[in-house]
Amino acid sequence: MAVPSSFPEEVLEHIFSHLTSPSHLNAASLVCKSWYAADRYSRRSAFVGNCYSLSPRALVSRFPNLRSVEIKGKPHFADFNLVPEGWGGHFFPWVRSMSTAYPWLQEIRLKRMVVTDDALELLGRSFVHFRVLVLAFCEGFSTDGLAAIAANCRNLRELDLRESEVEDLSGHWIGHFPDSFTSLVSLDISCLSTEVNFPALERLVSRCPDLKSLRLNRAVPLERLVSLLRRAPQLVDFGAGAYSAELHPDVYSNLAGAFSGCRELRSLSGFSDVIPAYIPAVYSICFGLTTLNLCYVTVQSPELTNLINQCPNLQRLWVLDYIEDSGLEAVASTCKDLQELRVFPSDPYNAEPNVFLTEQGLVSVSLGCTKLQSVLYFCRRFSNAALVTIARNRPNLTRFRLCIIEPRSRDYLTLEPLDTGFGAIVENCKDLRRLSLSGLLTDKVFEYIGTYGKKLEMLSVAFAGESDAGLHHILSGCDSLRKLEIRDCPFGDKALLANAAKLETMRSLWMSSCLVSLGACKFLGRKMPRLNVEVIDENAHPSLRPDDCLVEKLYIYRSLAGPRFDMPGFVWTVDEDDSGMRSSSIHVSS
Amino acid sequence: MGSYDKDLNLEATELRLGLPGTDQPEPTTNIIIHSNNKRSIHQTKEEDQEGASKVAASKAQIVGWPPIRSFRKNSVQPKKDRAGTEADVSGIYVKVSMDGAPYLRKIDLNSYKGYDQLLVAIQSMFRITIGRYSEREGYSGSEHAPTYEDKDGDWMLVGDVPWEMFTTTCKRLRIMKGSEARGLGCGV
Repeated sequence: MAVPSSFPEEVLEHIFSHLTSPSHLNAASLVCKSWYAADRYSRRSAFVGNCYSLSPRALVSRFPNLRSVEIKGKPHFADFNLVPEGWGGHFFPWVRSMSTAYPWLQEIRLKRMVVTDDALELLGRSFVHFRVLVLAFCEGFSTDGLAAIAANCRNLRELDLRESEVEDLSGHWIGHFPDSFTSLVSLDISCLSTEVNFPALERLVSRCPDLKSLRLNRAVPLERLVSLLRRAPQLVDFGAGAYSAELHPDVYSNLAGAFSGCRELRSLSGFSDVIPAYIPAVYSICFGLTTLNLCYVTVQSPELTNLINQCPNLQRLWVLDYIEDSGLEAVASTCKDLQELRVFPSDPYNAEPNVFLTEQGLVSVSLGCTKLQSVLYFCRRFSNAALVTIARNRPNLTRFRLCIIEPRSRDYLTLEPLDTGFGAIVENCKDLRRLSLSGLLTDKVFEYIGTYGKKLEMLSVAFAGESDAGLHHILSGCDSLRKLEIRDCPFGDKALLANAAKLETMRSLWMSSCLVSLGACKFLGRKMPRLNVEVIDENAHPSLRPDDCLVEKLYIYRSLAGPRFDMPGFVWTVDEDDSGMRSSSIHVSS
Repeated sequence: MGSYDKDLNLEATELRLGLPGTDQPEPTTNIIIHSNNKRSIHQTKEEDQEGASKVAASKAQIVGWPPIRSFRKNSVQPKKDRAGTEADVSGIYVKVSMDGAPYLRKIDLNSYKGYDQLLVAIQSMFRITIGRYSEREGYSGSEHAPTYEDKDGDWMLVGDVPWEMFTTTCKRLRIMKGSEARGLGCGV
């Protein structure tokens, strides 16, 4: 059958521009050279899941016309203090390459990266059409960098700093948005610790008619919320700052009035230190709420339950364990559209429970909320029976993260390990993509995971397992695995080396406080040139240690870029020349 | 690497159920700290049998567990009791450096209930021993002494002031080594 030999490139590119999924585009680019070229020139957005998997130069050379880039840096366990300061994840090399290659760049989204003020200044100067900046869980910049963004990005629509660590030098950066600037759609400054200049913020909100999402920080007091809400009744998403004040009837009625004017509100968050008496001020808009984030709300179960009962259309609920089992029963009977539930611990370091939140709360929700897909649940004890019940109630779960606070906790009813329970989760929930384990677990649970977890993409394991067989089950069985993070498990060389090829099919593997030896790391690094095998050793040069010495922390990821150049002194990689270990600047023979 | 497959079907006799084989500093070192209310916490191997209190102490010492983001830790203050009394002092996240070590750590002071837990955690984090504290002589018995910079910019020895005052005034921690440490102990 004759294939048309000349199909106009422009038509191909036009067709490809309608394919949004990167995996579809990747597949299309492999068909033939002209399709590869068409994809190359028409690709408008790129997702770099690991900033060290390729160099900035490689990205700009492969895709010369990007408008939107998303990059992730540090490993997930950096959130829990397991990655030392200075590890890496630097944004500057990326913005430097992109500043010359992508004059039309519009959107940058970063997660867990180190972003400096210099980088933000370069960003502001380089991209005339810049619209969206999301800095999630980032660090390294100050309010001076934000001032540069405000001053230079004349078409900015979205500035989202969610949970980043910002050096808060001054609140005046917000005044650097020029008076002619009116394009803001979304602003999230909830992570800032000090006050922003309030009059400047008010003026900004007043002159941006398209503002849909506004998340304030704790330093904005209650009384000032009224003024902002009145200026932006079109808001869809609102994060209140601190909500604490002495109960004052005028303030209360103003607040209630202001909220009732916001008919489009669908998402609420913030309300740190809220006094229960102020909560009903939001009741008028609760019916329309689809997202409610009460992570900073430290009121007790009865008030939380009253609030939940006002919200029958809730799809996403994040709450502290103050909600207790009784509050979750209310969720189960009221929130029939609930898709995502996260319950965080209010007092995680106390062995004694401070609230009446048990497995029963989650069981209730799993029964009553038929659309529930995503769960994150912290509690102090669990049973296999409850896990089996949850699995049978909710086979449509796609994300399940259970954290039983005490490591290696047994089934509190039978005193057995929790293998059966988690096994039921992976067996019943056939579309499960993300799983976090806790409690006492033997190698058996990993056998279940390897057998049934065929769609599992991300797995977090802590204080679990008995032998290398556990790790072997995961690596040999989980066909879709992309990210694996393990801490304090007796997994070692055998399973790792037997499954070395698997590691090239994954984004990354983190192992800390396990039983992997330095010799195995060197061996893996030599044999697998497309893997970066990085050993984190904070105490001494690994070359001074014998090969059978266990490594404290290990991060392995596939990369087209080879070993990175910006490793700090405590990160070591295999030296190709002499099989020793080296850091970025120092070469020491073993 | 193929030969490794065969071994996996055997019981890995060299591995056993329980903690990995690396040195895990258990919180059994002897530390006596006198805080302002003269509470003396003395942990010995014999007291390991007191499960609950030891569990409470050891939970603060596992780095990164439970897996909660520090941002959240800083922001949520657990109520003291269910009657809804005032919450604790807000979480304080400070950097900890050690002389000679090229890296920093960060800890949340609010996750520790007192000096004893804090010091055990620091010793575990940096793999060092910190000596015994006395008001007169500071930390004796090891090379290291924990110091902190307070709100006025002065460097103080950890343990000199009551715990509550320490958590509200500490800006950052520094583990000093050698003579500088001993000098601080005498001079303060």
